[in-house]
Formats: sequence, C-alpha cells, structure tokens
Amino acid sequence: MNTTGPTPSKRTGEWPLFEVFIRGQHGLSHRHVGSLHAPDAEMAVKNARDVYTRRNEGVSIWVVEAEAIHASAPGDKEALYDPSNDKVYRHPTFFDVPEEVGHM
Amino acid sequence: MSAALFEMLLRLGDNTLVLGHRVSEWCGKAPVLEEDIALANTALDLIGQTQMWLGYAAEVEGKGRSADDLAMRRDVWDFRNILMLERPNLDFGHTMMRQFLFDAFHRAQLAALAQSSNPRVAEIAAKAVKEATYHLDRSAETVVALGDGTEVSHAKMQTALDLLWPYVGEMFESDDVDAQMAAEGIAPDPDGLRAAWEATVRDTLSEATLTVPQDNFAHKGGRTGARHTEHLGHMLTQMQWLQRAYPDATW
Repeated sequence: MNTTGPTPSKRTGEWPLFEVFIRGQHGLSHRHVGSLHAPDAEMAVKNARDVYTRRNEGVSIWVVEAEAIHASAPGDKEALYDPSNDKVYRHPTFFDVPEEVGHM
Repeated sequence: MSAALFEMLLRLGDNTLVLGHRVSEWCGKAPVLEEDIALANTALDLIGQTQMWLGYAAEVEGKGRSADDLAMRRDVWDFRNILMLERPNLDFGHTMMRQFLFDAFHRAQLAALAQSSNPRVAEIAAKAVKEATYHLDRSAETVVALGDGTEVSHAKMQTALDLLWPYVGEMFESDDVDAQMAAEGIAPDPDGLRAAWEATVRDTLSEATLTVPQDNFAHKGGRTGARHTEHLGHMLTQMQWLQRAYPDATW
C-alpha cells in the first residue's frame, strides 16, 4: 500500500480533492482554475495536465490538497469586508493629476 | 513507391489507429471523470499520430488514396497492427496494462524513429515521442498504483498481465520489411528494442508487485496481416460504420 499519499478523504473510497492553479505564461502568477480528484499529488498534477491544459493554457501547474487550504468564513463577511466599503479615501482618487503626467 | 516503406508506415499507423479507437471506447464511461478525460486525450494523441503515419503511407503508395481511405476503407486482412492492440478493453486494469506494455515499446520505437534517415519519418516520430513519453508516465504510474493497491486491484492487474503477456512478443517480431528498413536506416529492427523494453517493464511490474509470466509464447500475425483475432472485425464494424453505410458521406 502506498503510505506516503495524502490523508484519505473522509468519505471512504473517494479520492481527495485538489485545487488546481495554472500559470498561463512566464511572468504571470498562477491562477486558480478549478479542482479535481486524484489518489495523490503526483497523479493530481497529471490529471490537471489532462483536464485543464488541453488547449495550451499553461506552462506550470500547482496542485494543493483542498483540505490544506484555510479560508475565511462566509458568515464573517460583514465583519470582514463591509468596513472597507465606505472608506473611499483609501482609493487614490482624491489627487489632481497634473496634465503633464498624462495617462496613468 | 517503396513497398517496404509503405508496409512499415501501415504498421505504425494501424497500431496507433486501432489502439486509439479502443481507448476512445472509454469516452463517457471511465471510472472517474479525470481518467475519462485523460483517456480521451490519449486516444486523440494516437489518432493524430495515425493521421500523420497513414497520410504519409498514402503519399508513398501514390494511388490517390488518403489517410481516411486507409483508415476507413480497408477490411481486417489489410490491417497491420499488432494483435494486442485490437483486444477488447475488458476492465480498466486490462486497458491500462495493455497501454503500459505498448507505451514502453512505443516510446522506444519512436525515439529510434526520430533518428531515421527518412526526414518525414523522423519529423513525425519527433512529435509523437513527446506524447508517448507522457502516455508511458501515466500508464506506468497507474499500473504501479493498481498493482500495489488493494487485494482486488492487485488481482485484476495480475490477471490482465497474464492475459496480455502472450501478445507482447509480436512487438519485437522482425521480417524482411524490418530488415530492409533497418538496412536503409529508416527504422530500428524491432528485435533490438526488446532488451531495453524488458528492463523498463520488469522494473515497473516489480514495483507494482506483479509476477511476470515465465512463458514466452507469442501470438502473432497482426503486423504481417496473416491473421487477426476475431475482435478486429467487430471493432471495424463500429469504427467504419459511417463509411460503410454511407460511402463518401460529407457534412
């Protein structure tokens, strides 16, 4: 038995879920493109290659076990995000840009 | 035209055509979505290679036939694929074992063909070997995972290996066509690929905790066209159905 794989999913018989990040071109950052199931990380990279790069979308693949991702709680969204809603002064829109600067 | 070159190209193109069609039969019904897409990709790679091999074969033949004509309008006795590839898929384990045994051969064959004295052959092989390398990576990993997996998966993989082993010998058969191609530096003598193939395959199979059968009996006749299994005819009725029912159909 392969003992080096990731923690098995709680639902027996189901492969763990991986989130897939792909870098489209050199110089860009990896972007989340979706998720898939795989028995281990190595196979997850292969599956990601087959599922998400069929049309020449990528030059690099990251996979992360979904369980390893810590996310903000949707229930906290008011406390987390509403306070920044009315802080317009945090946007740099109150400066007069001199003509000479041109397009910024 | 060179009859031997035409024959060699048919052998290459029919291998990828028949295996490509077999693998495509999984489309929509593989055990998991990810495998389904991966198998469809593999099938498409193989059909793409078929287009190149049979397209060149048709040019070499010079009788105005196209790759499509060769694929869709020949009957069983004109096919030159090895017997192993026309075997029905059976279960997923059998499909992956067949894929692995062929991929290991195919990659070595294409790597050698990429050095061919014939520039067209070398070009096609150079493109195809990248695909075969990935196919082998994937099938080898799956064979190890299932062989060294649960009791059930191990038993299924051992059964698949026992069923398929009598068919591997045909990959390394040589005849006059091979001798002529080797002499002209166009293709490797298949027999010369066996040692490296055995080393790769035995390594992986031992990692997969599978036992390689002792018997080296080999079914043959596919690559020479002498005799195919009964399975190819059934496969062609599916694959060639449209052209048989509606010759020259277009859309």
